[in-house]
Amino acid sequence: MRIPIESYRLSNGLVVTLSEDHTAPIVAVNLWYRVGSANERLGRTGFAHLFEHMLFQGSEHVAANEHFELIQRAGGTLNGSTWLDRTNYYETVPSNELALALWLEADRMGALLPAMTQQKLDTQRDVVKNERRWSMDNQPYGTWSERLPALTYPSSHPFHHSLIGSMEDLSAASLDDISGFFSTYYRPDNAVLSIAGDFESPQARALVERYFGVLPRGASPIPPLADMQLPPLFGEWRREVVLDMVMVPRLFLAFRAPVFGTDEYYAGSVLGAILGMGKASRLQRELVRGREIASEASAFTFDLTQGADLLVIDATARPEVSSEALEDEVAREVDAVRDAGVTAADVERAVALMETAFVTSLQSAGERADRLSMFAAMFGDPRLLNEQTDRYRAVTVERVNAFARDRLGTNNRASLLYVPKDGAEGQRDEAEAASGATR
Amino acid sequence: MTGAPIALGSARVSPVRPTAAPPKPYRFPRFEIATLDNGLRVIVAPVRVLPVVTALVLVDAGASAEAAGRDGVANLTARGLLEGTMRRDGNALTEQFERLGAGVFAGADWDTANAGVTVLRAHLEPALALLGELVLTPSFPERDIARLRAERLADLLQMRTEPRGLADEMFARFVYDPVSRYARPEEGGPETVSTLTRDDVRRFYTDRYRPRGSTLVLVGDVSVDEGLELARGMLGDWTGTASRSPVPGEAPARTTRAVHLVRKPDAPQSELRIGHIGLPRTHPDYFPVLLMNAVLGGLFSSRINLNLREAHAYTYAAFSGFAWRRGAGPFVVSTAVESDVTADAAREVLAEIERIRAEPITAAELSLATSYLGGVFPIKYETTDAIARALAALAAFDLPLDYFDTYRDAVRAVSIADVQRAAQRYLHPDALQVVVVGDASEIKSPIAAMQIGPLLEYGADGVEIPSD
Repeated sequence: MRIPIESYRLSNGLVVTLSEDHTAPIVAVNLWYRVGSANERLGRTGFAHLFEHMLFQGSEHVAANEHFELIQRAGGTLNGSTWLDRTNYYETVPSNELALALWLEADRMGALLPAMTQQKLDTQRDVVKNERRWSMDNQPYGTWSERLPALTYPSSHPFHHSLIGSMEDLSAASLDDISGFFSTYYRPDNAVLSIAGDFESPQARALVERYFGVLPRGASPIPPLADMQLPPLFGEWRREVVLDMVMVPRLFLAFRAPVFGTDEYYAGSVLGAILGMGKASRLQRELVRGREIASEASAFTFDLTQGADLLVIDATARPEVSSEALEDEVAREVDAVRDAGVTAADVERAVALMETAFVTSLQSAGERADRLSMFAAMFGDPRLLNEQTDRYRAVTVERVNAFARDRLGTNNRASLLYVPKDGAEGQRDEAEAASGATR
Repeated sequence: MTGAPIALGSARVSPVRPTAAPPKPYRFPRFEIATLDNGLRVIVAPVRVLPVVTALVLVDAGASAEAAGRDGVANLTARGLLEGTMRRDGNALTEQFERLGAGVFAGADWDTANAGVTVLRAHLEPALALLGELVLTPSFPERDIARLRAERLADLLQMRTEPRGLADEMFARFVYDPVSRYARPEEGGPETVSTLTRDDVRRFYTDRYRPRGSTLVLVGDVSVDEGLELARGMLGDWTGTASRSPVPGEAPARTTRAVHLVRKPDAPQSELRIGHIGLPRTHPDYFPVLLMNAVLGGLFSSRINLNLREAHAYTYAAFSGFAWRRGAGPFVVSTAVESDVTADAAREVLAEIERIRAEPITAAELSLATSYLGGVFPIKYETTDAIARALAALAAFDLPLDYFDTYRDAVRAVSIADVQRAAQRYLHPDALQVVVVGDASEIKSPIAAMQIGPLLEYGADGVEIPSD
């Protein structure tokens, strides 16, 4: 499955990727800035994400909240997201509105600061604090997304700290921080622009040149991230137990894994799918259906491109199952795969599922544009997108089993276990009595 | 730092906002509808962009079709389809699908049960054969039905500490009269789910899973003729008729306002649900209501979101919506706000509901909603899955066959007066139920002080706590 890809660079360093598709009169614009939570300094956790919010508050020629309104008025969808080592901004619009989308992105890349005010910062700070409450503090197991990186990356590592940030650090963020962050990271030579969908290449290039060509390259070198290198294994089995307002135990079992794009990564990704993708995966078959230990079980990778990645198993206990039993049973399945390996049929199933997922994702212009930006930003070559299917098909049983032997051992495990607090246990007994549930 | 412009060199982005090029035409994918000899309706939409096909079987076997005391059997039956057939057990069935790269899914909502698959064209025939097999000859093994039942009970248990789901469930309970199926959880509550048996599932399946009354939707890299041929091969042997399921009653739990406070101790946020009974999907004023809701709380730039999020920073998100079902689903404003501004947020929501009834919306507001809904139309239908679900809605609600072709015109035809009329007719400030899941010790006093209506308190189990 190959999509057309053109790529070039402006003189100010902006990398541009184009992929034409005239199926529907829509076009996706996508911008990746190579900056994320990993670039935050001490005392400013959550800043990259707060900054992302500020990017929607207007720019020199765009009033507060006008960005959202302009795109929606044009009949488009839009959003942005912050990750460990990148921040992306994207919109999909009817194709006759391509110029508007590009102009908006260029205006905020070139001239965000004139629109930044203390009031806007204070408002977005509160919005982000509410986002934290909503997604983490007021959700059972909500803190897993900050506890797991803290457990699996050393405290000095750029991936260790919380992406959404602590309330304290969010409170400390200032307009000076905004100004400094913008000047340091938001510049054409730290960005990739991808356009996918219904456009003509010469016209798109002309628009990109008109709006982005005038922006200067950054004034000073981009500060490099602190050393990301990590040993391939944790060297131990580390554990964290969290007492939380939850009704049943839930286990996140993580293994240090190779970064996205390496040969070993694809073997690991296939192993993850064998373990926990789909109802016929090992964990679902054995723990959910077979022994009824878990009500849900899955496995996934974070797909980080620097330092080290994580392969994570996520299993939620059935109510009558103890946290010890959950841990033991998950470990049993992992040990079995490590010791006995997987079969060719296992690999075939996993690769087939991933291939379907990949091809179906290409249906969306926004998805195509984002993947192009990723390959361009992280690997310097958007054409790698067209090689992904081949990389998966090249994974052999031997390579998967080698990965399992190397990476699934007890010297490379990190367990994050959520256990019901006393109060919650009481509610559970009450609920079970009320429902008359029996096995 | 002030608003003084920072010059980054002498080069600047042009202040001239670009104007749009002329819009290009778009048409929803063409589709054909045919009826097989056994009464099964087949809708085929060839979309030959990528070698992908989505197949969806729709059966009139949603929660609305459940007999009294059998809440949850619709979902149990739909999920049960995946647990095995006469030919192979559940493990073998799902493994077969997944080796074809096809992640099969099955479930039920209020109006329909559905089973489907998205698969690469190369594996279409065997995937459809398996899909037909599980629709026609499910075995519903006792052990796995018991397991699915236990999993549902486990979900219900977990909801005790999950405030969003809890708020949704409580809201339905406080809005609808208990005799309405809509008052109770769509997938069944603990009292009924724990009593469901395999016999209940078999009976429900036998009564409701019939070709006459059902629809197969095929979207993607397949021609109309191929699609019909595949349909015959897959489901041609299916026999029987299912009577149309009833529409749940729409009586409200109460006709006056009330505040329902569900206790979640130490909650840093309150989950708010404010609303009342809405309208059925096929209501003649669907489009005026759609536009009215977009302005009120359906867009990022809606009144409710801009008020609660951008003006007051009470929340990360706030929106309003009508739940469109065959019967009248609820109208609800949803948001999660910092605990200490719960009463303030409720006040603002009530004020916005009053305002959109009292005064006409502005031309700018209408044009934003109109141009958004019209413009975003093609963006909604990029994937075979999205197109299949759109056609499923066409089938489930008996929408006119030209619905998608006339959609944008219908949106554009709504006027400011239409919107105000819709607001006045279908928003009922006096009947609003305000449901809050949060820290009672912090929010009870301020909310009571607002005097919205009588204030009732409940534990997380929904049992009322008598007032002192």
